Amino acid sequence: MTGPIPGTGVDLAESRPAARTRSPLRRHGLRRAGLVGWLFILPALAFYAVFVLRPILVTFQYSLYTWDGIGPSTWAGFGNYVKVFTDPGLFASILNAVKLIVFFSAIPVVLGLAIASTIRRIATSRLALVARTVIFLPQVIPLVAAGIAWSWLLSSTGVVNQVLTYLGLGGITRAWLGDFSTALPAVGVIGAWVLLGLCTLLLLAGMSKIDPALFEAARLDGAGPMREFLSIVLPSLRQEIAVCVTVTVIAALASFDIVYISTQGGPGNATMVPGLEIYYLAFSERRVGVASALAVVLMLLVIAVALPIQRLTRDRSS
Amino acid sequence: MSRRARPRWHTAALVVITGGTLAAGCAAPGSDAPKAEPATGTSASTAPACGTAPVTLKAYFETGFPLPKALTTEFTKQHPNVTWNIREDQFAVITQNAPRVLADDPPDLMRLPQVSELVKDDLLKNMDGYAKAFGWDAWPASQLQQMRLAPGGKTRGEGSLYAMGLNFSMTGVFYNKKLAARIGMSAPPTTLAGLDDLLAKAKAAGVDPIAQFNGGATGGLAFPLQNLMAAYGPAAPINDWIFQKPGATIDTPSNLQAARHLEKWIKAGYFWKDVNAVDYATMMSRFIGGKGLFMFDGDWESGNLDKQMAGDAGFFLMPSAQDGGKLAAMSAPLVFGVGARAKNADCAAFFLNWVATDSKARDITVEVGGSHPMGPAGAHMPAVKPGTVTESTLAAGAKIVEDNGAMDFIANATGAIYAKSWTPNLQKMVAGQQTPEGLLTAVQGDYTSQAGGN
Repeated sequence: MTGPIPGTGVDLAESRPAARTRSPLRRHGLRRAGLVGWLFILPALAFYAVFVLRPILVTFQYSLYTWDGIGPSTWAGFGNYVKVFTDPGLFASILNAVKLIVFFSAIPVVLGLAIASTIRRIATSRLALVARTVIFLPQVIPLVAAGIAWSWLLSSTGVVNQVLTYLGLGGITRAWLGDFSTALPAVGVIGAWVLLGLCTLLLLAGMSKIDPALFEAARLDGAGPMREFLSIVLPSLRQEIAVCVTVTVIAALASFDIVYISTQGGPGNATMVPGLEIYYLAFSERRVGVASALAVVLMLLVIAVALPIQRLTRDRSS
Repeated sequence: MSRRARPRWHTAALVVITGGTLAAGCAAPGSDAPKAEPATGTSASTAPACGTAPVTLKAYFETGFPLPKALTTEFTKQHPNVTWNIREDQFAVITQNAPRVLADDPPDLMRLPQVSELVKDDLLKNMDGYAKAFGWDAWPASQLQQMRLAPGGKTRGEGSLYAMGLNFSMTGVFYNKKLAARIGMSAPPTTLAGLDDLLAKAKAAGVDPIAQFNGGATGGLAFPLQNLMAAYGPAAPINDWIFQKPGATIDTPSNLQAARHLEKWIKAGYFWKDVNAVDYATMMSRFIGGKGLFMFDGDWESGNLDKQMAGDAGFFLMPSAQDGGKLAAMSAPLVFGVGARAKNADCAAFFLNWVATDSKARDITVEVGGSHPMGPAGAHMPAVKPGTVTESTLAAGAKIVEDNGAMDFIANATGAIYAKSWTPNLQKMVAGQQTPEGLLTAVQGDYTSQAGGN
């Protein structure tokens, strides 16, 4: 799902100049060249069709039936979609995913910007290398392992509560993942920790592309670090920020692994998200139709949220 | 943007590809479902057996439970022509895979989750013929009751037999003998009031009264809740509800008393403060580590506790609210079934019969599995070390049979009732967001909509 969305903007921007240089060939052999081109991407396209397009279409088809996954199915029309929006439990899971965007997207991007500009300032020192590695580490660790480690940290006797007690804050200690009011934020913190590294690294890479002369000129004009950040860094990083926001928003809306490992949707559905709900519906309750309908709704929601982000940055940069 | 850049025939090609993939999935889902033979049952005149020709049985077991493998090894020793091709998975995986595996690649012998839905799809062998041939019908009826399904595949507990147990487990209350001595508990309580007394004493003495799990998708407070239900009322209506008998309800006056009693325990602080974040494994390690006087759990842990808390763990059945009242316990067979289209069904059935009747097999069942073997009343029982938990759980099994108090687990009423209804509502009750009345009404509502169909 992540592939085509961030891809469309970037690929086209790069392919346009290439198409222009090839234009003398146009009248002569475009048709042949085009055919050969299609031949080259045929294997990839076949895989894409079989493993991406077909499952999407089949999911949509399943969503129109009432089916237990094995026996005969009955036509349900759009009844399953009505269920998705009228069942308070299913709709609540979508709301939870939207709430997770704050943790999965806002925190990593804002914090990532701050960290990346700090690291950029000390770029030549050894500390920068260490900091980069440490911050990117969560990306390397499998999500399942991260989820298990965090559920220990956040348990009632875990490190988080030990530190709080040591600081004299014993009164607010609790089983963070088992408390109705803190479970969803606690899951969000795990997500923020995982995605912070990705955002920092992307933004850092973007920063290294900025012409150093710009900073020099700004400094000569008497700009402080804050002015440099607002006038040079932020505008130059528009593309990178868009990629970060897109990837993290999708991670929030389509979250599954972290929630499955740390809370399984509990306590009392406080952390239930669509990804997990789809899994339970399809494989535990064997309501394949409703599960597929929710999956289609989730996919449309992701597209509806991700496309405007793409458009926003493309319009300004062109 | 992309639309303008792409020549028209590229779009056409995409349409062809898309159309092709769509066409590939066009038939209504499930229309290719395998048609099983009519489920009339095997009409064997002589008892089926494994013969003498070499045969390989395909089996699908649960990871982490050594009993089935120990039994198959012994079986091959006695019947050398039978070899095994065993695949293992976590129970959660088996639960999700069972229908597909039974439809596509049916094993001769398989560890099963809830059977109703598998029967509905004609995936399980009807075992009535085997029951007749081997004489299983003469065993205590309660052993096989949970694996029976009425015609129509909805009501459980009566009708044809669709699976068989390797043993049957028993639940009750484990206790830590050292902590019990500290609060002056000399013998297990005989009434609910007596149990309440001990809980209060433990709380006052700074001992954690109850070790229980209630985190994630597994609401372990269903264990004490069902025990309380059986303490306040008879076991039969609870079974009727689990078996989906028409008109059955969980929202009864005696069950409400039980739910209120559980709420009283929660409010008194008898459970851990973080019980909503405690999973099963954490509960076990804390109880073994001496954190918790009582624990509501089953005899599949007897062997484990005898090893890890040798001499320090005890077991008793949940006492009744009335002095001398009948006792009840959740008790369920370790369910194994035969695929409807399995190749060696007869040999698999012979194995299941052997497990229940061969004395060496019964020894293994108790030694390795810790639970009571299936089979006729008064069949061979191995000697167990006196004073062990295993001894008390086996004795409890006999008492439950005497009181006719075996219940299935309220979590097994429908496929989704545990994860979607009991668990969230019990977790809410712990957090003070659900009342006992609300708990029963909510669960009954979900039950009605789930049992009614999709």
